Amino acid sequence: MKEELEKRVVKGPDGFEFEVEPLQDYYCAEAPKAHLPVYSKIVEGLFNWARSESIWILGFGTGCGAIEMRPLMTPRFDAYRFGIQWRPTPRQANLLMISGYLSVKTLKRAIRAYEQMQSPKYVVGLGSCTINGGMYWDSYNTIKKLDDYMPVDLFIAGCMPRPEALLAGFNDLKKIIKAGKAEGANKYAENFDWYKANQKSVIKDWDMPDYNW
Amino acid sequence: MNYQPDRSKYPAKKADGTLDIDLTSGKYLKLWHGPNHPGITGNMSVELTVCGDEVIEGKVHVGYLHRGFEKLMERRSFIQCFPIVCRICVPEPDFNEYCYAAAIEELSGVVVPERAHWIRTMILEMGRINSYLMYLGGQAGALGQGVIGQWTTYVRDLMLDRFEELTGARIYHMFILPGGVRDDLPEGFKDRLEATLKEVDAVLKDVHDVMFKNAVFKRRTIGVGYIDPAWVDEYGITGPNARAAGVAKDVRKDQPYLVYDQLDFEPVVDHGSDIYTRADVRRRDVAMSVDLLRQILAKMPNEGPVMAKLPNVLHWQIPRGETYIRGECSRGEYGFYLVTDGSRFPRRVNVRGPSYTHAMTLLERMIVNTNISDVAALMVSLHTYPPEIER
Amino acid sequence: MHKLYENLGKIIPLGEMTLQRANLAFITLDRRYLRSALHHLRDVEGYSHLVLLTAVDWIEEDVFQLTYLLSNRTADVDVGLRVMLPRENASMDSIHDIWPTAATYQRELREMFGIDFPGSPRVNEEFILEGWQEIPPYRRDFDTKKYSEENFAHREGRVTKDPASHMKELLYPDRGQ
Repeated sequence: MKEELEKRVVKGPDGFEFEVEPLQDYYCAEAPKAHLPVYSKIVEGLFNWARSESIWILGFGTGCGAIEMRPLMTPRFDAYRFGIQWRPTPRQANLLMISGYLSVKTLKRAIRAYEQMQSPKYVVGLGSCTINGGMYWDSYNTIKKLDDYMPVDLFIAGCMPRPEALLAGFNDLKKIIKAGKAEGANKYAENFDWYKANQKSVIKDWDMPDYNW
Repeated sequence: MNYQPDRSKYPAKKADGTLDIDLTSGKYLKLWHGPNHPGITGNMSVELTVCGDEVIEGKVHVGYLHRGFEKLMERRSFIQCFPIVCRICVPEPDFNEYCYAAAIEELSGVVVPERAHWIRTMILEMGRINSYLMYLGGQAGALGQGVIGQWTTYVRDLMLDRFEELTGARIYHMFILPGGVRDDLPEGFKDRLEATLKEVDAVLKDVHDVMFKNAVFKRRTIGVGYIDPAWVDEYGITGPNARAAGVAKDVRKDQPYLVYDQLDFEPVVDHGSDIYTRADVRRRDVAMSVDLLRQILAKMPNEGPVMAKLPNVLHWQIPRGETYIRGECSRGEYGFYLVTDGSRFPRRVNVRGPSYTHAMTLLERMIVNTNISDVAALMVSLHTYPPEIER
Repeated sequence: MHKLYENLGKIIPLGEMTLQRANLAFITLDRRYLRSALHHLRDVEGYSHLVLLTAVDWIEEDVFQLTYLLSNRTADVDVGLRVMLPRENASMDSIHDIWPTAATYQRELREMFGIDFPGSPRVNEEFILEGWQEIPPYRRDFDTKKYSEENFAHREGRVTKDPASHMKELLYPDRGQ
């Protein structure tokens, strides 16, 4: 356990002392819950339509695929016309693009970023290296199969995928969301123990709470 | 003007180099700048200790992009390494191919045809323009000028089209192989490249008018992020960072490789050594690259082979030896140190990325005494790309 | 280059010199003389730029080769100093007081090869890897393929072929062994 996660007494700038227990105060001890569709089909359809038309991407360039994101933000390819935009913080985003290989060190941060995002949320794996390791199939530091660690809704193959491929991928993702099949967050909640076991088998120095949103 | 941080008002350091402060006192705060942060140059992070909004210590953390290239190349034969070497540095991949190919050529004694040298130089200069254009967009974006990024990305896309036409790929080209280049220029390529260069010129003029004459940009960059010329040797600073500090360090001029000795140019040197000067040096470097490309197109021999005959690459063994090949990429000196042992595989490959020293030791020193709001601009102004730090 | 070798040889005993090309030479020397050689090269001969510091693992000879590559920009020459270290409990003097930037290289060598540099700033902190429990990965006896197969889940259906035999089958199917 990291030092900053331990219980301690903190003295504020005004001289007042108080006790802090980070695991209780800053994190949630409870596992995520599945939010299954409960409304009638028409209402859920409306929700899914709205969700599919406002895909907000977390601007976290985890790998080299992030370089093809930049042309998408400019008029030539212009992903904004599909209701897609990039957000700086996980709290405002609902799509996590894993842009390429994930080293073990980044996987840890990507999991945190994913868990900090609000449901409903989606994951897209970009590039061959998220599918089966790609070029780095024998590397000691990259994961080979992204869907073991995160619920992936869509893979976009290529090394690296062109902006047009990304746009096609976004449109496919929209169709999946509209059909109500993008249930990654619920899948993650239902199989939480399995995902955590997979994550911990790779991240040898697991030093954060299990669910840290 | 004295830009040196005044350390006297900051807490002393303990013997082991850590700050002698009580983090729980409420006076200090630890902030993570990255890895998921819009103002960071790629996937890396800086651990800041701040007092108010002044940074009193910054520690750079890298390794988020480590794939272990140097290990992977030890178990791939020489030609099998080519698909992966270009992936070491994303925005300017051709330098990896060139340095690695040139190292192999030197150790195995393959002689490259004259025309291949010219095409290689052309590709490297095109890649340099791409990399600088991305930098200009990033530098302006770090200070809130989003529109510059839109323009430079637009013209970079046009350049990528030329790359696509030439090599078949936008980002990773794998065009420079040992013995030469993969293919000859397509028909009419020179005219289309010239048309693209005109676009680059036009955008560069707009960037100069809107970015470099902008009062906000000037106020926030002039005098910020000073690099002392004396640090250049201490910290191994190369490229535009050194040239903006008044040290005319340019591998293209100092140790001419490829055909740079036949081209007419003078390295861009300036003396301000702040963020503004570094950006300006890079803008003028783009203009110089455009000029160099025009010279290359004019002087390039029109006929001739582009690829030397190689031994059977599947069984290619290179005798024991070691060498170091360098080139001037957009960030500074890029080099490959290659050791062979007579087998089919490289014994050891070490990549010397210029970001290695710029982003680690130098940034940690420069970041002290800046404001939090300047950290992003400062980092971008060093023009660092994390993948080449950790490979 | 030969002049430099002579000049340096007057001060400290040197090993063999390999002249790679006209402006690049590698000189072997004993670890005891490294610091004085570096000081001499930097202050007298003008090799003021530390290009890189890296290691090569010669596992058959049971040594690490440390390469200190220095460059003299004005004269357009590079010289590499080779220092051989035994692989067992490898440890070397830090040169971060000569070039501050060497501290970063030494941190990397500490992590990737397990070569210790006592006194170098932050040398024992994690640099690139996080939570690494195996032997340092750049050592030759570390097998990255085996580690990857044992530690990561692999997707079914990936086929690896030896390029030589595969191309032979593809191009000359009728020829035997």
